[in-house]
Amino acid sequence: MQPFTVHCGIAAPLLKDDINTDQIAPVLHSRGLKEDYKPLLFLRARQHADGSENPDFVLNKPQFRNAGILVTGHNFGAGSSRETAVWSMIANGIRVIVAKSFADIYRENCLQNGLLPVVLEADAADAFVARVVAVDGSAPFTVGLVTQLISGPGGPDVAFEIAAADRVRLLEALDDIGLTLKHMNEIASWERHAAAAQPWMQTARDSRRPKEDA
Amino acid sequence: MPRTLFDKIWDTHLVGQRADGRDLLYIDRHVLHELHAHHGFTQLEKQNRPIHRPDLTFAVQDHTVATQAGRDDDTNPSGTAFLRAMREGTRRNGIRLFDIDDPEQGISHVVAPELGIVLPGATHAVPDSHASTVGGVGALAFGVGASEMTHILATQVMALKRPKRMRARLDGRLGAHVSAKDVALRLIAELGVAGGRGYAVEYAGSAVRAMPIEQRMTLCNLNIEMGGRSGLVAPDDSTFNWLARRPYVPQGAMWDRALAHWRTLASDDDAAFDRDVTLDCGPLEPQITWGTDPSQVVGISGRVPDPAAFDPSRRAAAESAFAYMDLKPGTPLAGLPVNRVFIGSCTNARLPDLEVAAAVVRGRRVAQGVIALVVPGSSSVKREAEAAGLDRVFRDAGFLWGESGCSMCAGGNGDRGEPGERCVSTTNRNFENRQGPKVRTHLASPVTAAASAIAGRIADVRQLGVA
Repeated sequence: MQPFTVHCGIAAPLLKDDINTDQIAPVLHSRGLKEDYKPLLFLRARQHADGSENPDFVLNKPQFRNAGILVTGHNFGAGSSRETAVWSMIANGIRVIVAKSFADIYRENCLQNGLLPVVLEADAADAFVARVVAVDGSAPFTVGLVTQLISGPGGPDVAFEIAAADRVRLLEALDDIGLTLKHMNEIASWERHAAAAQPWMQTARDSRRPKEDA
Repeated sequence: MPRTLFDKIWDTHLVGQRADGRDLLYIDRHVLHELHAHHGFTQLEKQNRPIHRPDLTFAVQDHTVATQAGRDDDTNPSGTAFLRAMREGTRRNGIRLFDIDDPEQGISHVVAPELGIVLPGATHAVPDSHASTVGGVGALAFGVGASEMTHILATQVMALKRPKRMRARLDGRLGAHVSAKDVALRLIAELGVAGGRGYAVEYAGSAVRAMPIEQRMTLCNLNIEMGGRSGLVAPDDSTFNWLARRPYVPQGAMWDRALAHWRTLASDDDAAFDRDVTLDCGPLEPQITWGTDPSQVVGISGRVPDPAAFDPSRRAAAESAFAYMDLKPGTPLAGLPVNRVFIGSCTNARLPDLEVAAAVVRGRRVAQGVIALVVPGSSSVKREAEAAGLDRVFRDAGFLWGESGCSMCAGGNGDRGEPGERCVSTTNRNFENRQGPKVRTHLASPVTAAASAIAGRIADVRQLGVA
């Protein structure tokens, strides 16, 4: 995962609520283990049924083809937990999503992959959306995670909140598993305690099978 | 201090706290499926990290398996690589796999509770958002992404922020042919698709107490459709009787010891919830979705709503749903012609779901031109249904009877509708293009789906004269 400090890019408005992960990255009938996630992003909206491009979809418009910031509504990323819905953003160079709110699992998947989820409260979000719409991809916005500010054309800097721990994790591209592995002693000691207190939870055995070496 | 059931389970599983303030929560049972397991296996191999507790990890082939009789790895060619990678990965890592030909294969959320792998008070994770299905037996479950799955494989814990608590009190006696599916759809309609976001939800109340375990699982399954990651029901005697003698539950004296613990698993009387919601289920009729998200729901005797009735912030979504679903405001739902009916998925494919659907179908015929498919939630469910003769009932009526898997829920195995078709489905998501490009999905209960297959139109099962 790439560290996130600052991103300067075109902001594309996708102004709907409840955009779900089936929309972001559909389950395809034909696919492989090593998917190319780039064409997956919003595939159904980007393409007509015959495979031709839908010129009206925001990310197909010339000014937004290289957008790095997606601006959207409430509850972004609802639905399936599939992480392809984040990997396909990264594969297309999108590093920031500015939303009024995120679905729980999707937000966690963003943090796991260096995709910055920015939540703006309703009024601030509406004002920012108006600027994004007005500038229409003609100039970039800059999102700083150190400063926790969005700056760009059409108005003053916009401050955003993010939990300190999430911020550090993105800034330093921390290895999440590595962070937890520092606690392996505690995990082992919890397991010893659990094996005594609730032994049925520390084993998961098919009682129909003969006991292996006891 | 009085505690909620959720807090009791959380506190019992709290291993410690990371420097970043996240709680490390021990995961008692981790179940993988073939779409995502491969990612975890290869990541950990690359990082030279072992799987910490393969003995508490299970794996199921469910998302991509074909449902045709005599299926193998190649029947659904787009699943072949996933099925093989799962088989090889679980073998390398010593993980018990319920493979495509295993007599106990099925959808993970159906298999784990029916074998007693998941238990009351257990924590559970699956790289699938419907993990909380097993909340129906009183487990605290989390749907996770592929990275979180990999984290659990390496450590057997999740690093989480403690969610808020919600109690959904569902009271009243359900009417004839009304089930947990109808209750859940109504609740989602009331709270919205993000109403449960940030919460762990406890389902309580007389309607829940009266529900058999399979229906409690249906209720908890749909929790994510209102945005909640975890949903559960406090276990009771129904739960314990349901679990007793299942193969993976503790046996003999250990069962008694476990049972004594399980009997403590309830919210204290004066425990505080961050949010309390109530629903009177007594007056509910069968429910069905008309739109493209699971909150766009009406009673079966209802009509497609008028856009003017919507909050302005929801109006554009409603209008886009009308267009996709090819519906006009004011149209009655009952009577809309259907092309396809699907009875299956982790939401509604346990044995009692198939029994009530078969009771509707018995002695009748699927309407001309309707393709109707039943896919049992697990191979065990399929076997039990066949022993009871349900497969004959469905087949005689003109239904297709499939091998177990996720099938048409998300169409990952190739079971899909054709563009423009209208489908009544017992699944959990009516999102655009989910059951196939341009397929129009109406979510409903097994009896409503069965009645609609017979009528060839969306039908009110209560008017079919089924006992």
